Amino acid sequence: MSTFYFIAFLSIFFSILVISAKNPVHSILYLILTFFTFTIHYILMNAQFLAIVNFIVYMGAILVLFLYTLMLINLNKESEPVKPFMVKFAGVFGGGILIVALVASLKSLGVSNPVILKNPDLGLVKNLGKVLFNEFLMPFEVSSVLLLSAMVGAVLLATKDPKTA
Amino acid sequence: MESLTNTIQSVPLNHYILLSTIIFSIGVTGVLIRRNAIVIFMSVELMLNAVNLLLTAFSVYRGDASGQVFVFFIMALAAAEVAVGLAIIVMIYRNTNSVDINVLNRLKW
Repeated sequence: MSTFYFIAFLSIFFSILVISAKNPVHSILYLILTFFTFTIHYILMNAQFLAIVNFIVYMGAILVLFLYTLMLINLNKESEPVKPFMVKFAGVFGGGILIVALVASLKSLGVSNPVILKNPDLGLVKNLGKVLFNEFLMPFEVSSVLLLSAMVGAVLLATKDPKTA
Repeated sequence: MESLTNTIQSVPLNHYILLSTIIFSIGVTGVLIRRNAIVIFMSVELMLNAVNLLLTAFSVYRGDASGQVFVFFIMALAAAEVAVGLAIIVMIYRNTNSVDINVLNRLKW
């Protein structure tokens, strides 16, 4: 039980560091740590498939893509001017108001049963594969089309236009 | 594995909702206060992950595997979104030589 609270504290701590770090490279490194704590959350809930996918896709693919883009566009120090203090304060205030509103609506809910894993096999690959390839076969195939079109779009956007360049 | 899954036996569902709420709000705050387009993108990733965690917690709570399958689809969507979004950022950088979103304020009109 205390493991959850420790990992939850680390998640919040690192995600605050992500948005407050001055250097974007540091932000990405803190984001990696945040995603690692999310992987631990998945393992604690025995969602093994999601833990592995989170580890491979988020920490492996997406963050490498972020780092690669950041290295590619060669940010120098003064390229990010800070926002004025009032705008920052308004942003933090808005985020705080969002937390307060959501927590208040949560309090009016009242019930708080513990999360109990009724079926220990729930998050295993075997069980999820059966659900994925029976009920969700059509969305699964559609998502492959989505990834293909995203790949084509990314290549189209990122390549230099030979006519204008 | 038994000892690991026993550790969450007494965590109330509200605490998972609270954790996801806080991380989602941190993501919203990051979108509001930063000007670097890449950091804004990372904040969006934080928000997506908070929702993923909450969906998984509900899935375990209800004993229904559909929630975890949905998280899988969200991850596929996030991968596609990041690929296209970073390509757009690279294109913006090539045209304006910066990733400052205030350069793009001409899109207002």
